[in-house]
Amino acid sequence: MNTFVSRFAPSSSALPHSKGAIAVEDDEKYSDLTWGSQAGFGHLGTKGIPSFKVPSLADPSAFLRMHTDDYADPSCRIKIQHGTTTLAFRFKGGIIVAVDSRATAGSYIASGTVKKVIEINPYLLGTMAGGAADCQYWETYLGIECRLHELRNRERISVAAASKFLSNLVYSYKGMGLSMGTMICGWDKTGPALFYVDSDGTRLKGDIFSVGSGSTYAYGVLDQGYHWDLSDEDAQELGRRSIYAAGHRDAYSGNTINLYHVKEQGWEFLGNYDVTKMHYDGPGNVPGATGGGYGYEVRTAGRSASDADAIDTSA
Amino acid sequence: MSIMEYNGGSVVAMKGKNCVAIASDLRLGNQAMTVATNFEKVFPVTDSLYCGLAGLATDVITLRERFRYRVNMYTIKEERQIEPATFAQLVSSTLYERRFGPYFVEPVIAGISKKTGEPFIAAADLIGCLNFAKDFVVCGTASDKLFGVAEGLWEPDMAAEDLFETISQTLMNAVDRDAFSGWGAIVHVITPEKVISRTLKARMD
Repeated sequence: MNTFVSRFAPSSSALPHSKGAIAVEDDEKYSDLTWGSQAGFGHLGTKGIPSFKVPSLADPSAFLRMHTDDYADPSCRIKIQHGTTTLAFRFKGGIIVAVDSRATAGSYIASGTVKKVIEINPYLLGTMAGGAADCQYWETYLGIECRLHELRNRERISVAAASKFLSNLVYSYKGMGLSMGTMICGWDKTGPALFYVDSDGTRLKGDIFSVGSGSTYAYGVLDQGYHWDLSDEDAQELGRRSIYAAGHRDAYSGNTINLYHVKEQGWEFLGNYDVTKMHYDGPGNVPGATGGGYGYEVRTAGRSASDADAIDTSA
Repeated sequence: MSIMEYNGGSVVAMKGKNCVAIASDLRLGNQAMTVATNFEKVFPVTDSLYCGLAGLATDVITLRERFRYRVNMYTIKEERQIEPATFAQLVSSTLYERRFGPYFVEPVIAGISKKTGEPFIAAADLIGCLNFAKDFVVCGTASDKLFGVAEGLWEPDMAAEDLFETISQTLMNAVDRDAFSGWGAIVHVITPEKVISRTLKARMD
């Protein structure tokens, strides 16, 4: 039996609030703690050691992989949200966070209104790529732990510590099929801070990150326009323009853009922008916008040599 | 990944009262990457007969040329334009010739008979099984979504203007739920007198 199972499967004696042992049985067996006062996180116990019910098989992680991993078997029944473009970059004015809003299951666009920025607390943001549920759940849980840190230490948690907590947590589940690629963004006493954390256990500190199937397109625009001394307006425009590029080229990204700016006083939501509207008309009268659509055909209309009616034959 | 989904794209055709319509999206992709947004998948065969091809782009172009060749040979030998129903048989036999190594293309045919003035639509699978429908036919990566929307919007005996609106709404709403289709659309409405072709302003993601 896997070491994971022996660690986390039914042995709740040490944990006073742990209901993990009966996680998928009758609703009536859940205490008020599970559903009520702890908002569904009650089974995590008080020691910060989560206990989940796992399939009762010799190798539960292999079982899960067999039924969820769409790399190995694209026709498998359980499909986890995959295609995404998310980006975040650090600059003198803070951190810009921009994401798309498309959720796909195979080639089917399941939703165009997904919130891929998770507001962990008023000064910490997390982005969502990979398993939507994994990101949502564990980043909410990170929010709980960050608040506890505040109460215990009378001080806000640093972004470095918060991201390390998350990376250690997902590392303890390595091989169990968690899927997340996230950027933890915030402002602490060191200034703006940005970390990339994924479900392999990778944790990287950096200035520019982009995650997801459309990340290569976003990087292309981002690297080209990035500068540390960018003004707030230009930085916001760069974030918007980069996600647009990914939304346009990548089949698994698009619909709308959500834009956030992390500042000293905490994060600020700047707006939701439709990718197709960006293509034809641009973002409109917003700070940093140069006016006009982002689309190639829109920007080059009548200027190409192949555009027959644009060529001046009188000269 | 399926070879039918390698380049993406979708085609739909509908019958109306004394008119037919055929429409396609404009995407050419390489799996998830959109390479071009001006790839038309519907081609004229005669002045009142159009053929749409969805599937592997290389085969779309090859088959377009093979159909053009065979229709030209027919026109020369018979000294008359090909009828829609005859063209459907030509498509079917051309595809079945490659029964054991098929072209990865699903054709859709829409036209009006010069002889009877009857509207005609048909579709085939990749080895030439013909489907003569009396309402609408679909193919491509968004075919399941097209079926759903068309089933809800289509009604019998629509005039050319209504048919244009119906096929446009059907195509646009279906491809907006498909990751591999969209990025613009083109619609041809065929009436006994003329063909109206319009490109639509569609979502570009």
